[in-house]
Amino acid sequence: MTFFAEILISLLIVAGGFFAFVGSFGLIKLPEIMQRLHAPTKATTLGVGSVLVASMLYFLIIEGSPSIHELVITLFLFLTAPITANFVAKAHLHEDQHPEALPPTGGEHGWATFDAPPDQRVAGQERGAD
Amino acid sequence: MIFYALVFAFAAIGAGLMCNLWRLLQGPSIADRILALDTMVINSIALIILYGVLQGRTVLFEAAILFAMVGFISTVAYCKFVLRGDIIE
Repeated sequence: MTFFAEILISLLIVAGGFFAFVGSFGLIKLPEIMQRLHAPTKATTLGVGSVLVASMLYFLIIEGSPSIHELVITLFLFLTAPITANFVAKAHLHEDQHPEALPPTGGEHGWATFDAPPDQRVAGQERGAD
Repeated sequence: MIFYALVFAFAAIGAGLMCNLWRLLQGPSIADRILALDTMVINSIALIILYGVLQGRTVLFEAAILFAMVGFISTVAYCKFVLRGDIIE
């Protein structure tokens, strides 16, 4: 039982290190920032999640003392990774792109970093009409 | 066996941190640098967790939680500053 648990924990730790390195290598390998955004937010998060699961199993099975901290960290990281990616993409759009160079959004409203929010814009138009 | 896996993971994450440092110093735009800093924080969390497994102590996990929160807040604050020129409006 302990031997198989050790094999499982070792595999999870190796997979975590591998995916964390893949994410960081993609950060220097991929040519464009919008492509570079994919590497850390997906691969590195998966690697850290795998390391955290390995740590949880280690303290549960080998040390015999279950700890819930890893679950909290995993949940926090998996919740915050998409928010971080969205913010970095918005910062990139705002800093490095011109509004004319962007493709149309295909919807009623323009890009969020350049256009006002829809409700405020409607209120402004109404004020302008008055 | 866990020890050798830990050594491999330490080496891989250390190499990943060097990649992040290169992108942080090199990065052509501000968004690149923010992304590199965020990835460095996530890799550091993995390093702290692996060190906790190596030592067999759970004390270091509070440091990992703090690191995760501070990293997320600082990334969002930096992006907010780039977007709006102010952090809290």
